[in-house]
Amino acid sequence: MGKRIFVIITLALFVYISLPLVLDFIPTQQLSYVSQKYVQDGPEEVGAQNLVTAIIVTYRGLDTLGEVAVLFIATAGIGFILSRKKWRKRKKRSSSSILQTGTQVLLPLIIMFGIYVFTNGHLTPGGGFQGGVIIASGILVYILASPKNKFKDFLISLTESISGFGYVLLGLLGLILAAGFLDNSILPLGKFGRLFSAGAIPLIYSLIGLKVGSELVNILKYLRRD
Amino acid sequence: MTLYLMCFFLFLVGVYGAITKRDLIKIILAIGIMGYSVNLFLVLIAYRSGALAPILKEGISVPMVDPIPQALVLTSIVIELGITALMAALAIRIYEKYDTLDITKIRRLKG
Repeated sequence: MGKRIFVIITLALFVYISLPLVLDFIPTQQLSYVSQKYVQDGPEEVGAQNLVTAIIVTYRGLDTLGEVAVLFIATAGIGFILSRKKWRKRKKRSSSSILQTGTQVLLPLIIMFGIYVFTNGHLTPGGGFQGGVIIASGILVYILASPKNKFKDFLISLTESISGFGYVLLGLLGLILAAGFLDNSILPLGKFGRLFSAGAIPLIYSLIGLKVGSELVNILKYLRRD
Repeated sequence: MTLYLMCFFLFLVGVYGAITKRDLIKIILAIGIMGYSVNLFLVLIAYRSGALAPILKEGISVPMVDPIPQALVLTSIVIELGITALMAALAIRIYEKYDTLDITKIRRLKG
């Protein structure tokens, strides 16, 4: 009983502290100053149709680099925590033939859809993170369908290293050839709304997609404990 | 305003779960609910009635929702994914060590 009272008091104090944050919020119908600038100048400066992509990859590109680094550190931490050997050998059962056949049909389509999502990130909703997660979900289906198969560790590490290195390299090229770190105008901006437009954004977002996809596949590999 | 209050209520549901449940998996899910409610709140800050998604098309001049909170939410979702996976890995290790996920039984030292 005393514990329940303690919980209720804690929640009440929490409400007392943070309810003003919600109640004092006034929704506006106008864009803020920074958003207004992004919406007006974005098409000429960056040339990407999807403004969220323009903000993530170019205007706030450094934050995205940090985000990818955070994901990398999380993966490394999971690898460190789960690096001990399995304490109890379990026998792996093979999956049903429905799942196996379905995987053979769906896996290429899922991976193709993931690649489509991250190469079209500057035109349509989507982008590197979403595409990478779609690819990782395809690999998850593959793991479920054939639990006895081993991963090619080398291939995953190679994709991860090359994409991460290429991302930083493109950022440094922006420092040399254009206005600043991760500036996308190192390549010509092209015609607004085409696949090959917006300078280096499709390239950078594809690299982010590969990086995120391989990180997530690494997490899946560690969580599977092989 | 009702929508924002509902978001806050969802956050409280997460806090309640995180401080009362004993199962580690349930605690992880509760922390996930807290994160999702914050993401929902950020997206609602960007929302304006009658506005379109922030994707430009020639010849359309309808007002747009604010693109900055949407970009922030993308960052927040990815970081939350990393945190959830890390917590799940810790829960797996704890289960291997103690053979239980009940936090009241993980008190004893075991070498």
